[in-house]
Formats: sequence, C-alpha cells, structure tokens
Amino acid sequence: MTEQKIRVLVAKPGLDGHDRGAKVVARALRDAGMEVIYTGLRQTPEMIVEAAIQEDVDVVGLSILSGAHMTLVPRVVNLLRDNGMDEVLVVVGGIIPDEDVPKLQELGVRGIFGPGTSTQDIVEFIRKEMGAR
Amino acid sequence: MNLIQDTLKGNRRAIARLISHIEDEVPGAREALAALYPHTGRAYLVGVTGAPGTGKSTLVNELAKAYRRWNSPRTVGVIAVDPTSPFSGGAILGDRIRMRDLAGDAGIFVRSMATRGSLGGLARATADAIKVLDAAGYEMIFVETVGAGQAEVDIAKTAYTTIVVEAPGLGDEIQALKAGIMEIADIFAVNKADREGADHTVTAIQMMLDLNHASHVGGQALRRGSGQALRHGSGQVWRPPVCKTIAVRGEGVPDLVQAIEAHAAFLRESGLLGQRERERVATEFEHLLREQLMRQFVSRIAPEQWDELIERMVRREVDPYTAAEMLLRGQ
Ligand code: B12
Ligand SMILES: Nc1nc2c(ncn2[C@@H]2O[C@H](COP(=O)(O)OP(=O)(O)OP(=O)(O)O)[C@@H](O)[C@H]2O)c(=O)[nH]1
Ligand SMILES: [Mg+2]
Repeated sequence: MTEQKIRVLVAKPGLDGHDRGAKVVARALRDAGMEVIYTGLRQTPEMIVEAAIQEDVDVVGLSILSGAHMTLVPRVVNLLRDNGMDEVLVVVGGIIPDEDVPKLQELGVRGIFGPGTSTQDIVEFIRKEMGAR
Repeated sequence: MNLIQDTLKGNRRAIARLISHIEDEVPGAREALAALYPHTGRAYLVGVTGAPGTGKSTLVNELAKAYRRWNSPRTVGVIAVDPTSPFSGGAILGDRIRMRDLAGDAGIFVRSMATRGSLGGLARATADAIKVLDAAGYEMIFVETVGAGQAEVDIAKTAYTTIVVEAPGLGDEIQALKAGIMEIADIFAVNKADREGADHTVTAIQMMLDLNHASHVGGQALRRGSGQALRHGSGQVWRPPVCKTIAVRGEGVPDLVQAIEAHAAFLRESGLLGQRERERVATEFEHLLREQLMRQFVSRIAPEQWDELIERMVRREVDPYTAAEMLLRGQ
C-alpha cells in the first residue's frame, strides 16, 4: 500500500467572487502534499456535494466571504449527510462573524478559519483531524 | 458498501471509493479489479491531449454534453489528469473548473487524478480507473492528459481515438509539429479558433500531414503508435481530420463528434479496433509486469546492500552495468 493521500475539495459556494483566500489555501495544501480539487467560483451546494462524491474527498473546504455562510453551509452539510458522506471533514474559511461560529460548529463544521489565519495552522489542523481517523 | 457489486450497479460512491483504493493501492483493490475485469471492454475510449491551456478541459466539457444530447444519448465518464508536484507530492486538480456544465447529470461521472510521479501524461492508476468506469457502464470515456509538451504519448496506447488539441499562437509551429505528440493524433482540434492565427495553425498541420501521408503511402509497413496513415486490408488509410473549434462557445464541436465517430467506424470496419485493443492490453500488461518484477526484485535487496552499491558507483569503483549484473546474479 502506498501512502494514502489526503484529498481536499476547495469550493466557493454562492455568488461570492473573492477567490484569493481559496487559492492561497489550495496552494498551501498542495505544498503540504495533499491533492486539492479546486472547482472554481459559483458552485451550488449540489455541485459541491456531487464533486465531493465523485472525487471521494476526505475534506470539504468552503471559502465564503459574502456573508451567506449561514444559508450555504447548512445546505452543504445536509446534502453530504443525505448522501452518506457524514465522515467527510468540513472546514470553512472566510469572513465568519464570531456569533456564527458556535452555530456552524453545531452543524458539524470542525474548523473555522478567518482572515489572517496562517496556512500552516490550516495544514496542521487537517493533518491532525485526518490522523485521528 | 460492497465495492464490486455497487460499482457494477453504477453506485457513484462505490465507483469513487474504488478508484481511490486503486490509487492508494489499498489491499483488496486488485481483487476488486479482477472481479470487474469480465465486465470491461465495452466503453469507447477517447484521449484528449495537448499543450497546457489549449482548452482540453473545455472541449471535454463540450464533448460530454454533445454525447449526452446525442439522438441515442451515451453515458460519459471523464478522467482528468493533472501533474503531482515533484517537490511536495501534492497537486492542484483544476480541470473541473471547466466542466461545471456537467454537474447534475446522473449520466456523467468526472474524476480528477494526480499523476503521482508517473511520467507520460497519465497516472499509474488511470488504466484501472478506466476499467472501473467501464464496468460501471459508462459508454464513452474521455481521458484528459496533463498539459503535454511532447514526450507524454502514453495516451495513444490507452485510448482508441486520440485527439490532439492545438491552439493558435503557441509559439513556434515548426517546433510543435516536430514533437512526438503530433504523431499520435487520430484527430486534430485547433481550438480557440476565435483567435488570430487559427487558419495558419490549420495550414501548418495540414502541410505536416501531407508530408507524413506521402511518406507513409509510398513507404514501408506502418509503425504502431502512429495514428496516422493506418492502413487496412483494402489499402485504405486514415488521414487525421483537422477540426477548428471554439470550445468556450461550443462551436465546431459537432464536427469533432463526427470525426470521433468516423474514426471509431474506421477502426471497426478495418479490423484495426481489435488490433488496437490487443496492443492496449499488451502494453498495459507489460507495464504491470515490469513494475511487479521490479518491486519483487527490489524488495529482496537489503537496503544496506543497495546503499553500498550506489556508494561504490559514486566512487567509480563499479559501473552501473556491472552493478546491475551483480544484483541480478544475487551477489
Ligand atoms: C480583496 C478584496 C476584494 C477583491 C477580491 C479579489 C479576489 N479575486 O479575491 C475585490 C476588489 C474584487 C472585492 C470585491 C468585493 N468585495 Co471585497 N474584500 C477584499 C478584502 C479587502 C480582502 C480579501 C482577501 O483577498 N484577503 C486575502 C485572503 C488570503 O484572505 P481570506 O480570503 O480571508 O482567506 C484567509 C482565511 O479567510 C481563510 N480561508 C479563506 N478561504 C478558505 C477556505 C478554506 C478551505 C480554508 C480552510 C480557509 C480559508 O484562510 C485564508 C488564509 O488566511 C476583504 C476585506 C478583508 N480584510 O478580508 C474585502 C471584503 C471580503 N469584501 C467585501 C465586499 C462587501 C465586497 C464587494 C461586495 C464590494 C462591493 N460593494 O462591490 C465586492 C464583491 C465581489 C464579489 N463578486 O463577490 C466585504 C464583505 C463583507 C461581508 N461578508 O459581510 C469585505 C469583508 C470588506 C468589508 N470589510 O466590508 N473585494
Ligand atoms: N478564446 C478562447 N478561449 C478558450 C477557448 N477554449 C478554452 N479557452 C480558455 O482557455 C483557458 C484554458 O482552458 P482549459 O480548458 O482549462 O485548458 P486545458 O488545456 O484543459 O488546460 P490544462 O488542463 O491546464 O492543460 C480557459 O481560460 C478557457 O476559458 C476558446 O475556444 N477560445
Ligand atoms: Mg485541463
């Protein structure tokens, strides 16, 4: 058995055009040896979950700076569950106000990363979560 | 989840998981492939290759849509290969960005794949992933190679029909035409025909084909690996058509589909399809055997012995040929 690569889907749901953060994170994860499927802008929750299934990813990373996270994230999480993908690690980055953090965590989002997070922290978080499996 | 049974039923999670198991060489993946093997050999395999950024993914997106809209629609599997970084071992797989139209269609399955160190434009797992999609019932399978320069010609030994995608203004035409990749084309797509210079590119390809064609028709037996000038019993020869496309607008795509179908019909009628399939299987088997032999062999060598031998070669005490012989003789 060769080393099992961590596969991560980095997606931008909704109409949010801020893609710098998503690209920075995608590159950092690649540089950490992960396989990153980047699907580009304007993804619907359905598209994201379909890609997660077909790509058999270990992690779904959502980048949301538009303020629409409280509608988008629950839809993605629910669709993942409906499709039997509960074991997938969901992380969210972007502009997430403090008061929404516990709500997202309650939905099952394990990691939430705001502006200025060092990419090293993100890499370490994912590795730790994957190692704990 | 029973990966074998569920894959045969077309279950997407099973298909996806099995492909991962193959990539990671999880124990059991081989047995699953063995069980699926009798159910393979039905899909038609199309390779799409060409320099980085010529529009391969955008074209595959359009081709997949075209086959779904066909009067007798065909299901479509896509395997899109991107390079693994040799430094980190990671990869960014971005081909799906151009395939967003394919979302939401249960008759389409798209899988991105990193090369994981394989050269030749494909991943080691690509051939097996094709088998999984084939066994799952996908009728047309498109394989997009990494943005290939010239040496990445494995696709011609993997697919029945190979499309080489060119785009105008990619620099020195002559350079491109010399490269080995031109010789594997069954069909040329000159994409980005909305850009200046497309006609020039078409002309350059046609001129090269004229040259090749003349030398092949007048020449000796034809070599394999060259899609061009394939001759069959009646002496008929396939000359790769050159299609102009504007993938972002879907223009020229119906012609490209026609060309694929014409090539498939040519291969079938001439009996060359069977020949290609035999060569495909033989090549794959050869690769596999070589790899397994190598692994088996290397696993029997103690790491210290290996290191010492390398060290001796570095010190020029022994040359690589002699060193290899020593290992083979078990010294
Ligand atoms: C640059 C920028 C733009 C650029 C975007 C360029 C681009 N292609 O990305 C432009 C000028 C186009 C732009 C436009 C707009 N912007 Co703007 N923009 C910013 C700005 C200043 C910086 C964003 C940025 O790129 N940061 C750098 C990256 C690296 O950081 P990041 O994205 O936060 O990512 C980090 C983390 O969040 C996390 N992360 C992010 N994604 C992911 C994903 C995963 C998987 C993980 C693990 C982590 C992670 O890790 C990253 C590394 O630390 C922010 C303000 C701010 N300080 O954040 C406003 C900001 C995001 N924009 C804002 C707004 C309102 C807009 C506009 C609507 C303005 C307008 N009225 O026209 C438009 C909308 C554009 C659109 N189509 O969506 C608001 C959003 C408000 C809100 N959500 O409530 C902000 C917060 C400014 C503000 N304070 O009002 N914007
Ligand atoms: N003008 C023009 N641009 C096109 C056309 N087809 C594709 N493009 C653009 O060319 C760029 C590259 O397209 P892709 O489909 O990603 O090309 P690719 O060959 O798959 O690229 P790699 O996989 O990175 O090698 C994108 O920005 C496309 O929108 C076309 O017909 N005309
Ligand atoms: Mg591509």
